[in-house]
Amino acid sequence: MTTMTKQEMQHMIAERVAKELKGPMSVNLGIGIPTLVAEYMEDDDIYLHTENGLLGVTDVEEEDIDPNLVNAGKLPVGEAVGAAYFNSSESFAMIRGGHVDAAILGALQVDERGVIANWAVPGKNIMGVGGAMDLLVGAKKVYVTMTHTSKDGSPKLLKECTYPITSTRSVDMIFTELAVFEVTEDKQLRLVELMPGATIEEVREKTEAAFIE
Amino acid sequence: MTKRKQSAAEALELVKSGDTILVGGFGLIGAPLTLIDELTKKDVAGLTIVSNNLGESGKGLGILLNQGKIKKGIGSYFTSNRDVGDKYQAGEIELELLPQGTLAESIRAGGAGLGGYYTTTGVGTALAEGKEEREIDGVPYILEKAIRADVALIRAHKADTLGNLVYYKTARNFNPLMATAAKTVIVEVDEIVEPGELNPEEVVTPHLFVDAIIEAKQVLTKEGVVSV
Repeated sequence: MTTMTKQEMQHMIAERVAKELKGPMSVNLGIGIPTLVAEYMEDDDIYLHTENGLLGVTDVEEEDIDPNLVNAGKLPVGEAVGAAYFNSSESFAMIRGGHVDAAILGALQVDERGVIANWAVPGKNIMGVGGAMDLLVGAKKVYVTMTHTSKDGSPKLLKECTYPITSTRSVDMIFTELAVFEVTEDKQLRLVELMPGATIEEVREKTEAAFIE
Repeated sequence: MTKRKQSAAEALELVKSGDTILVGGFGLIGAPLTLIDELTKKDVAGLTIVSNNLGESGKGLGILLNQGKIKKGIGSYFTSNRDVGDKYQAGEIELELLPQGTLAESIRAGGAGLGGYYTTTGVGTALAEGKEEREIDGVPYILEKAIRADVALIRAHKADTLGNLVYYKTARNFNPLMATAAKTVIVEVDEIVEPGELNPEEVVTPHLFVDAIIEAKQVLTKEGVVSV
């Protein structure tokens, strides 16, 4: 069993996803664990896209914070060398039109074909979707980061999503604190690797979805 | 001719109860805070507000919401203001949720004189319910209708007195789209200059879209919204 804090888990997942990113490429980072990925990117030739209208997101020092320069999570960011601003329709033309190379997103549930649910929970008012559905249909690659189980310990990798799906498209890879999975061409989950400290028994126990070992 | 108005009240003269109003901004960033503030003082009701969010709790459009002046909200992410959920639960407001790219494109289409368009976004999800689905070259799409409005409230960085607009960083967001899609387009800016002072190559919104301009009196700073 792992004894990491939630924060350590999140950073470990972010660091692992970052290894998949090889420039030159454009990448859209979602809110939560995906935002942490920027800290671990080693390639200088990666351009971060944020759907509120900037290609070329970078971090910002406290004294340089500009209230009108934020990412999609409304957190202050900086402007990288070679950055460009654009309106929301152009931004989503980049996403929907297949011009953004990868999107890294969080998910509430993933089914065994790699279809995800990440925008609504049954029984609660549906209040927001943001850019999730557009990223799912448009990004060339979609990488999902999430903790392997929910707070009560129940699996998030399921046979079928019980929450409303975000798109019928299958994602490409899933990264948790226990394992990395890829979605095969015939839409099956395949275990790619175990994360440090994880055992295959633990992954089997905490995964409801069928996967190829 | 100048489109400069002396006050937000004068600029909002044409706004009336029951209007559909496009409001720029991503949360408070790029939101026309001076015009929204004036709208909270105006005796209007039954408004339909098209905006990515309905402000934050008690800020921006959040004030208008708490006053009960909003009949319907059309946007992509109401989650950022918890009061929206409470009003919805109480049956006091109608909501239409659209994916963010669909919201943007529907406004763009409205401004461009289109009736609607087909998109892959949302196909097979709960947000496609009731929408026409059509296969084009083997790919399933859904029909999304264009959005047009009576009024647009816009935040830009600079305007000349003709109404040419330039924007500032991520405060641009929905503003240039909304400036094309309403009968009356009202803009607030940090600075109003004379024609010729803006480089034509940097103008994002050409002046024919704009009806009225005022100087911003409520601005977003590191310390929050302040009066200037």
